[in-house]
Amino acid sequence: MTATARDMQDLYRELVLDHSRNPRHFGRLEDATHTADGINPLCGDKLRLYLRVDDAGNIESSSFEGSGCAISVASASLLTDAVTGLPVEQARRCCATVAERLAGDESAELASNLEKLRALDGVRQYPSRIKCATLAWHALRSALNHDAVPATTE
Amino acid sequence: MGAPVRTIAAADWRADFPALNQSVHGQPLVYLDSAASAQQPGAVIDAVARYQREDHANVHRGVHTLSQRATEAYEGARDKVREFINAGSRTEVVLTSGTTEAINLVAQSFCRPRLAPGDKILITHLEHHANIVPWQLVCEQTGAELVVAPINDKGEVELDRMLELIDDKVFLIGIAHVANALGTVCPLDEVIEQARQRGIPVLVDGAQGVPHLDVDVQALGCDFYAFSGHKMFGPTGTGVLYGREELLESMPPWQGGGDMILEVSFEKTIYNELPYKFEAGTPNISGVVGLGAAIDYLQAIGMANIASYEQELHDYMVAELQKVEGIRLIGEARHKASAQSFLLDDIHSHDLGTILDHQGVAIRTGHHCAMPLMQRFGLSGTARASLAFYNNRDDVDRLVAALGKAKEIFA
Ligand SMILES: Cc1ncc(COP(=O)(O)O)c(C=O)c1O
Repeated sequence: MTATARDMQDLYRELVLDHSRNPRHFGRLEDATHTADGINPLCGDKLRLYLRVDDAGNIESSSFEGSGCAISVASASLLTDAVTGLPVEQARRCCATVAERLAGDESAELASNLEKLRALDGVRQYPSRIKCATLAWHALRSALNHDAVPATTE
Repeated sequence: MGAPVRTIAAADWRADFPALNQSVHGQPLVYLDSAASAQQPGAVIDAVARYQREDHANVHRGVHTLSQRATEAYEGARDKVREFINAGSRTEVVLTSGTTEAINLVAQSFCRPRLAPGDKILITHLEHHANIVPWQLVCEQTGAELVVAPINDKGEVELDRMLELIDDKVFLIGIAHVANALGTVCPLDEVIEQARQRGIPVLVDGAQGVPHLDVDVQALGCDFYAFSGHKMFGPTGTGVLYGREELLESMPPWQGGGDMILEVSFEKTIYNELPYKFEAGTPNISGVVGLGAAIDYLQAIGMANIASYEQELHDYMVAELQKVEGIRLIGEARHKASAQSFLLDDIHSHDLGTILDHQGVAIRTGHHCAMPLMQRFGLSGTARASLAFYNNRDDVDRLVAALGKAKEIFA
């Protein structure tokens, strides 16, 4: 295998390709309690994240819609998998951990529910693509904060 | 047209560009992003360095030797620009920081004082944000209306519709010479003729015209023509606004400061003559020197030669891309220059850009600062390969091979 092919397979790991082709929890969530848009002004990609938080403060369900590159769609899909069922406070902490990890901080240990996000580690070699991976997580934070303005990667 | 086409291989030109002679991710660089910014020939790089080493001082204000040399170099470049685009006079050549500043200058100095509610600015659906947003701003400021001429599915301006839209309420028309995202060459002659009959000024956004076509502003008959140095193999931070003298004379300065005045007192300031009235403050002297060197370089090859060489290469690129299974060309106008946008299967353009970069092939991906155009096609972005005369068929072949790899990864 050539170096190119190897590097590219590190970025586009099977799990990433799988989630980008078949995003989980894709579509609108009718009775959402929290929503937020994430916009990457660089490429014009947009996604909308939906959460339903129950009275006890747990994320009962989550979904997203929109369009984006394989990395941003896979990241959003993995996000919805990871945060469904989590207490809001824990989901907030996930935003921080994932951001640190994607920024290259190896010590940002991923909790077991975030294990799969290791699949996105390859993105750290591509500074221009890190934003693609973090977009959904920015949107998660603003959804939880009920921010009025869309989250952006800038 | 009449000039003999030099039967020289592009490889000879390529060797003039040091940045092209490198490897990226272990593979020889294939640079197909000249529409975003073109590489500079050694002649430009050296001219800038020589100026910095030997001649630098401020312009227009010193009696000492270096200042005189700097002024000569700077003003000499203005003369080169005049000749290059065949402007009638050097007073019609305003040096700016780029196309963007040139268009904003016209919007704010020419349009803003005269626009009234109900007036219209007419543009096309193909424009770069730089030929949209300055008009939106001045419309907001004055109550005028921005009107957009439609394009067809091939990415051509619908000329009949555009001509119908040219009515007496249109105050100015802004139109690209060549559309940056799709490579469409716009029907300037017809639009300008119709506008002239009604006395409506036309601004041509020539950012993608000047690097690829033989531009003669007098033959075109436009009133303003804007372009950027960095897209025509010169330094960033340089650009030109050509304006017909009569119009420039009638316009107030748009920025105040040094260089644009004749006499200042607290009661009254007398503005400098053209073109200095529009060049407040110390300009990008070294950049402009580089721009002059880029023009010398291009003139030596001849823009007609460049245009015909590129046309053939563009046709080759389109033909080769069409053979790629799963490709969708965006922008299939009859007249095109340099750029070709496309999509491959359902691979997002960003992913394509990264995979191609890994094979040493540099293309642009995304919305190309033309979001309304992307919306017209229902897309968030495209991949775009843009050619310059330093590209050759090998580059196109490498692009096509790299697309094959992308298909493998996303298979
Ligand atoms: C058609 C067109 N107009 C305007 C611009 C803006 O040029 P600059 O950023 O150099 O001012 C560009 C650059 O991409 C362009 O392609």
